[in-house]
Amino acid sequence: MARAVTQQRKIINTVLAWVIGLLIFFPILWTFLTSFKTEATAIADPPVFLFFDWTLENYTEVQNRSDYLKHFTNSVIIAVGSTILGVLIAIPAAWSMAFVPSKRTKDILLWMLSTKMLPAVGVLYPIYLIFIELRLLDSKIGLTIILMLINLPIIVWMLYTYFKEIPNEILEAARMDGATLKSEIFYVLTPMAVPGIASTVLLNVILAWNEAFWTLNLTAAKAAPLTAFIASYSSPEGLFYAKLSAASTMAIAPILIMGWFSQKQLVRGLTFGAVK
Amino acid sequence: MKLAKAIFGATAMSLAATVAFAESLTIATVNNGDMIRMQKLTDDFTKQTGHSVEWVTLEENVLRQRVTTDITTKGGQFDIMTIGMYETPIWGKNGWLVPLDDLSADYNADDILPAMKGGLSYDGTMFASPFYGESSMIMYRTDLMEKAGMEMPEAPSWSFIAKAARSMTDRDNEINGICLRGKAGWGEGGAFITAMSNSFGARWFDEDWNAQFDTREWSDTLNFFVNMMNDAGPPGYATNGFNENLSLFQQGKCGMWIDATVAASFVTNPDDSTVADKVGFSLAPDNGMGVRSNWLWAWALAIPAGTKKEAAAKEFIEWATSNSYIELVAEKEGWANVPPGARTSLYENPEYKDIPFAKMTLDSILSADPNNSTVDPSPYVGVQFAAIPEFAGIATEVSQEFSAAYAGQQTVAEALAKAQALTNDAMEAAGYR
Repeated sequence: MARAVTQQRKIINTVLAWVIGLLIFFPILWTFLTSFKTEATAIADPPVFLFFDWTLENYTEVQNRSDYLKHFTNSVIIAVGSTILGVLIAIPAAWSMAFVPSKRTKDILLWMLSTKMLPAVGVLYPIYLIFIELRLLDSKIGLTIILMLINLPIIVWMLYTYFKEIPNEILEAARMDGATLKSEIFYVLTPMAVPGIASTVLLNVILAWNEAFWTLNLTAAKAAPLTAFIASYSSPEGLFYAKLSAASTMAIAPILIMGWFSQKQLVRGLTFGAVK
Repeated sequence: MKLAKAIFGATAMSLAATVAFAESLTIATVNNGDMIRMQKLTDDFTKQTGHSVEWVTLEENVLRQRVTTDITTKGGQFDIMTIGMYETPIWGKNGWLVPLDDLSADYNADDILPAMKGGLSYDGTMFASPFYGESSMIMYRTDLMEKAGMEMPEAPSWSFIAKAARSMTDRDNEINGICLRGKAGWGEGGAFITAMSNSFGARWFDEDWNAQFDTREWSDTLNFFVNMMNDAGPPGYATNGFNENLSLFQQGKCGMWIDATVAASFVTNPDDSTVADKVGFSLAPDNGMGVRSNWLWAWALAIPAGTKKEAAAKEFIEWATSNSYIELVAEKEGWANVPPGARTSLYENPEYKDIPFAKMTLDSILSADPNNSTVDPSPYVGVQFAAIPEFAGIATEVSQEFSAAYAGQQTVAEALAKAQALTNDAMEAAGYR
């Protein structure tokens, strides 16, 4: 039986949601505002919030100094490429775990997830040496593969969770109708799991877009994505907050816009199967 | 007609030669003002040589990790690396860098300041060429010093500095007598306290590589620092590094600031600093023991061994660290913006002598000796560091213990005891003891 929600409770919940939302969003808003300040205003004490002389000089400086478009293109290729590759590998893996599980399926799932707990720096040298041997350093292909491998456990887990919500009987019916394994996975299962696959794709594009350890350590001039673009504006000697904020705003803007337009899909996918 | 043909032929041949030998160099560097200026002027190098340049600009700590990974694995991602005085002798000793002992006569390597050359050499061979050099010095507010009824000597002692700091402090008006680095990190607060400890007669290791944090000299250093900063430093100084103190000084909230000489151009820049016309300079303090508390550092350009573009890389280094480059910057951006602290002739230039902090920068650099930085003999090279591979890791941990003492989370005695234990443990594990 649904509980009655009083008007007062509704107001409290709404206010609370707004406060938490604004708190989470505040660092992004602050970065955005700082990008329009001079370096001197950016470090002013007490801090200046809205009333300052707005300037575009930081954006001009960043445009003059760095090739934004090259970094942006690299980010798109690496983030989208690694996600698509990951999903193509993860769909059959998640299907087998969800519909034809073995005794060890749960263990395998846990083992896959445990690889995420390994500190990345612990395998930096082996990976770097492999990349030297395979001539993959500073290449988009190399980064696409490494980011795919890093995010693969999450992709498999998410898809496994979504697939488990789909009744096995539907797949059995498809088999009885003469569907091959390929048809079963790609023409029956996949269309039914579109919300889950979409949210998996979106989440992993965001994760790959923001990945900053491997993208900084395995690139130099050619394949460097937007994380390297941001890193070039931090300095231990000299004021840099305003320029860094401009670079950060430019780097996160595409993913923010993408997130804004796909938020319904994202929430739908993330809550898929959460309520029975 | 023959002459025209000959000229045409010679031009064509030289163009062909340029195209044939034109290389694309990848250079890793830090995001400091002088480096960014160099990137903007790279077209001049390309015009002269035909070589193009691709820059990889990173924050200092990220750069260190990135170039260290690459050079130790022979990754070959960079043709030139920007490294400091800490890495150069260690990497030179390991054979990871190309010796720079065959630069052209026009380059005039003898003009490089001896302190810089010494710090960037191993066994007498230079392995990196200084792009700019720095020491540390006192930057102080002339108006506040006058208000306190005191006069800053050219070479003050720590007792004078402590007295002046307390006199200049005005908590009601948010003026702190002195701003110093307390932030954890071997290159942040660790660098400052190590340089300061030198003037108190302390050292990191004795000649048998035993840690020395259990000595009276280290106790004196840390207690003096903590007492002075508690009385006259800014609140939360335990987390302040270069940029935080720069910000405080530029906003008129510090009476004195002892830090890198390159900061002089920032605090005297009227666009960013509210106290630009009220800044004086002095040598870093001493304690009457014959060693001052200033450090020595250079950002330098080095070529990793194994690069296939060694000749072009040397051409770039000759261009970027030459007198002609200094003149190019002076012509485009003024003498105040030329990279300082690398060449003797810069300080003989009458136009540069007019810069208010030029003399104090040179005097500070000349008074630091990386081969003889402590009162008692020590087995290591370096002023604010010991040029051994283990130092960065150990000093980061030690500086974390010190920062915890600055923040009041533990006593000075506890911090020193922990520093002593962890340093000895690490040195034993590394096979020094």
